[in-house]
Amino acid sequence: MGEQGYGGPGHHSDAVEHAGVEDSGTYAIDNPGLPPHRPRLADEDPRAAKKAERQVAFLFLLSILGTILFFVGYFVIGQVGPDTAAETLRLQNMLLGLGTAFAMLGIGVGIVHWAKTLMPDHEMVEQRHEVRTEADRADAQGIIEDILEESQIKRRPLLRNTLIGAVALAPLPAIAIFRDLDDTDNRSDLAAENFGVERFRHTMWDEGVRLVRDPSGTPIKASDVTIGSAFHVIPEGLNELQYGKLNEKAKAVVLLMRLDPDKLEVSEGREDWNVDGIVAYSKICTHVGCPVALYEQHTHHLLCPCHQSTFDVTREAKVVFGPASHALPQLPITVNEEGFLVARSDFQEPVGPVYWERG
Amino acid sequence: MSTTTEYSAATRTGRISNFVDTRMGVSPMVKEFGRKIFPDHWSFMFGEVALYSFVILLLSGTFLTFFFDPSMAHTTYEGSYKPLYGLEMSVAYASSLDISFDIRGGLFMRQVHHWAALLFVAAMSVHMLRVFFTGAFRRPRELNWVVGCLLLLAGLAAGFTGYSLPDDVLSGNGLRIIDGILKAIPVVGSYISMFLFGGEFPGYAVIGRLYVLHILIVPAAILLLIVVHLFMVVVHKHTQYPGPGRTNDNVVGYPVGPVYAAKAGGFFFIVFGVISLLAGFFTINAIWNYGPYDPSPVQAGTQPDWYIGWFDGALRLMPGVLGDFSFKWDIPFPWGVNSIPLGVLLPMIPVGILMVGMIVWPWIERWVTRDDREHHLLDRPRNAPFRTAAGVAGIIFYCVMWAAASSDLIATHFHMSLNDVLYILRFLYFAGPIIGFIVTRRICLALQRKDREIALHGREAGVIEMTPAGEFRERHEHLSDYELYRLVGFENRRPVPAQPGKDGKVSGLEKQRAKLNKWFYEERVEPVTRDELTAARAHGHHDAVEADHGAHGIDR
Repeated sequence: MGEQGYGGPGHHSDAVEHAGVEDSGTYAIDNPGLPPHRPRLADEDPRAAKKAERQVAFLFLLSILGTILFFVGYFVIGQVGPDTAAETLRLQNMLLGLGTAFAMLGIGVGIVHWAKTLMPDHEMVEQRHEVRTEADRADAQGIIEDILEESQIKRRPLLRNTLIGAVALAPLPAIAIFRDLDDTDNRSDLAAENFGVERFRHTMWDEGVRLVRDPSGTPIKASDVTIGSAFHVIPEGLNELQYGKLNEKAKAVVLLMRLDPDKLEVSEGREDWNVDGIVAYSKICTHVGCPVALYEQHTHHLLCPCHQSTFDVTREAKVVFGPASHALPQLPITVNEEGFLVARSDFQEPVGPVYWERG
Repeated sequence: MSTTTEYSAATRTGRISNFVDTRMGVSPMVKEFGRKIFPDHWSFMFGEVALYSFVILLLSGTFLTFFFDPSMAHTTYEGSYKPLYGLEMSVAYASSLDISFDIRGGLFMRQVHHWAALLFVAAMSVHMLRVFFTGAFRRPRELNWVVGCLLLLAGLAAGFTGYSLPDDVLSGNGLRIIDGILKAIPVVGSYISMFLFGGEFPGYAVIGRLYVLHILIVPAAILLLIVVHLFMVVVHKHTQYPGPGRTNDNVVGYPVGPVYAAKAGGFFFIVFGVISLLAGFFTINAIWNYGPYDPSPVQAGTQPDWYIGWFDGALRLMPGVLGDFSFKWDIPFPWGVNSIPLGVLLPMIPVGILMVGMIVWPWIERWVTRDDREHHLLDRPRNAPFRTAAGVAGIIFYCVMWAAASSDLIATHFHMSLNDVLYILRFLYFAGPIIGFIVTRRICLALQRKDREIALHGREAGVIEMTPAGEFRERHEHLSDYELYRLVGFENRRPVPAQPGKDGKVSGLEKQRAKLNKWFYEERVEPVTRDELTAARAHGHHDAVEADHGAHGIDR
C-alpha cells in the first residue's frame, strides 16, 4: 500500500519509474512504463470543459423528460381493461419503454460522459500483494492443529467413528421426508393400476370407448373419415372429468386417419386393429413426449414438430427419421352397431417416452 | 477509547463520516476501497452487464410476484383479452394474462424481465469466454472460475424454471420434454419425474414447485455465488492486459472513486435503458397467442429461450434408429425387461462432458503445462494458440447443437430439406470442432508472425520510395517503445518434456502429459528476442522473418 497515493500526476510519474523492474531482461525491450498522459481537450480548454458540462446536464435533463414520458404513458393513457384497444395497449407499453429508456440512458450516458471528459483520466498504479503471507499460513495451521488436539478427536477414535456414523445417517430423514412429493398412491379412491409406475401403462381407452373429436367431444362415424383426412381424437368422457383431465389427456390423445387399405402393411396380430384402412395411433411422441401433430398426406408421414421425429403410418408408425427410437403405439379400433368408431381395448404398450420399467 | 480526545471534523463530509465511523468503524473500508484501482478495458464490461441484468431481474421479478398466482387449479378466463374469454385454463395462465392485459405496466415488466433474463445468461456466457480466452482463470483464480461456471449453470436453472411458469402451450410442451428426459434416466427416472410432477405429467403441483425454486432457491443461490465471486475479485484484484507499465505485480487503472464508480454506476443505467428499449418495442413470449396448456396441440417452429437451445439441439441431432437398429435398449433381467432410451441419453453425454470440461479446464491446463505460477497479466488470445483453438472448438461444438435446435426454421427459411439440414449438422457436430481447432491455431500463429514482422521491421507506411539506385521500396515506420512492448512483451512458452518422478522413473501418466504438452506448445511462434531486434534495427529492414516453427525451438 506504500506506493498508493491519492492520485494525481505526481503519483503517476512514480509509477513509471517503478514499472519495468520486474521483467527487465525478459523481453526484447524492457517495460517502457506507462505512456505519457495525453491531456484531453477539456483538461486544457475551459470552454471545452464547459461544453462537456452542458452536454452532461442536457443528458440529465433528457432523463427527466423520460420520466415524465413514463408518467404520460401510465396516467394519461390510464387504466387498461376490457375496452382497451390493442393499439392503445401497445402504445402504452411503448411509452413506458421509451420513457424508462430515456430516463435510464440519460443518467447512464450522462454519468459516463462526465467521467470520461471531466473526471481525471490519469491511470494509477497499485501493487499486488500475496494472497496470503507465509507467517499467517503457519499460524493458521498451528491454530487448526491446536483445535484438533484440544478436541481430542484424534485420540479417541470411538468418538470419531460413532460421530461419523451419526452424521452420515442424520440427513437421511431430510431426504425421506420428500417421499410424498408424489402422494397420489396415498389416495385410497384410486384403482391399484394407478399406483406408481404401473399407471404409465394405462389410459382411458378400453373396450367400447368411443373415439370423439378433440376438443368438441363429438363421436366419429367410420363414414366421416375420408381418405386423406386426419382427426385429433380423445376418448369419450374425457371432457367430463372433474379431476386429472389433463393427466388423462396427456396419455390418451390419438391421431386418426384413413389410408388406402392396400397401402397398409399390417403385421401379424394387428389384422383387426383397423377399420377399412382407418387407423389410430397415439399422438404422444415416443421420443420425449411432444404431440406428434403434423400429418403429411402425400407421404403418410407423421412429424413431431419438437424434434422432427418422423413416423410412417403405412408401416405401423415405424420411425423413419429423427431421434425417436420406436414406433407410435397403435390403438386397436372397430365400429359399434351404430357405426361409431370405438376402441377394442387399451393400448397394448405404454404410450410416450421410454422409461426404465417400460420393457 | 473514551480517554482520547474526540476528533472534531472541519467539513460537513467530515462530520457525517465521523458520525458513521464512530458507530460502525468504516474508515478502513473507505481507505481500502475508496481508491482501489480497477483496470479499464471494454472486455471487462460483460461481467458488469451480467450483474446489472441480475439486479434488473430482481426488481422486475419482485413486481411480477405481486400479481402472479402459481396455482394449477382450473378456472374460466374472464379477463380483458377477448380471444381467450370464457376459456378453461389454469389460474397461473390466467394471472399471466392479467399481468399482460389488466395491470398497467404489467406487460412492460414482463417484457423487461424476459429480456433481462436473456441478456443475463448471454452476458455471463460472453464474460466467461473473455476469461477463458485471456487465461484469466489461471492461478490464483481457478476457484473463482468454478464459481463463475456455477453461476452460469444457476442462470440456466433460473431461466428454465421461469420459462415454465406461465403455463401456456409453449412452456407446457417444454415441461413435457423435461418429463421425457427425466423418465429416460435409468432406474430412478420414472420416480424423479413423478416426484417433480406430484404424480403423472402434468399434474397440479409442478408450477408451484418451480415457482418456489424460481423466486427463492435459485435467486438466493445466484446472489450468494455473486457475493463470493465479487469477494474473490477483490481478494485477487483484477487482471489486466499486458502493456507498457503493466507488470504481473501491479494493477494499473482508474480508482474506484470517482472515475470507476461513475463509469460502472452509469453503465448500470445504460444496461437498464437498453433493456427498457427492447421491452418497449420488441414483444417477447407473447403467451396470449399460444393459449392455455393442453397436451394435444403444439406449434410448429417454436423455439426455446436461446440458452436452452443447445440441449434441445443435442436431442434433435441424435438418430433414434439406424436402419433396423433401434437405440431403445431393452435389457432382459431375471425380474423382467428394463429399457434405456439411448437416443435420449447418449446426446446428453457430450453436453455433460462440455460442462464438466469447462469447470475443470484450469486444472487440465495446469497439469499439462506444469505452469503453477500466479498470473495477473492476461494472455492475448493469439499468444496462447492451443487454448484459443480449443476454446473455438468448444464454441463450434456448442453452436452446432444450438443451430440444430432451429433445424426446422433453417430448413424452411433456406428452402432446404429438413433431413439434409440435420445430416449437415450431424457432420459438423463431429468435423466442425476439429476444423475449427486447426483453422484457429493457424490464424493465431499467423497473427503472431505478423506481430513479429511488425516488431522487427515496423509498420508498412504505404509510401513507396525510389532509392538512388532505382530500386523501389516501401517505407516502414518504426514503432514507439510503447507499441513495441505490446508486441514483444509476452512469455515464450516451451514444451516441458516428461520429468522423472520421486522414484527417478518417468511414469506412464507423465509421458502422456508430456505428449499433450508437446501438442500444446509444439507449434508456436517465439517472441522477438533482444538480439533479433538489435540485428533488425542495425539492418534497417527486409530481413527474412524467421518464425520459429516446430521442435527446433525447444533446444535453443
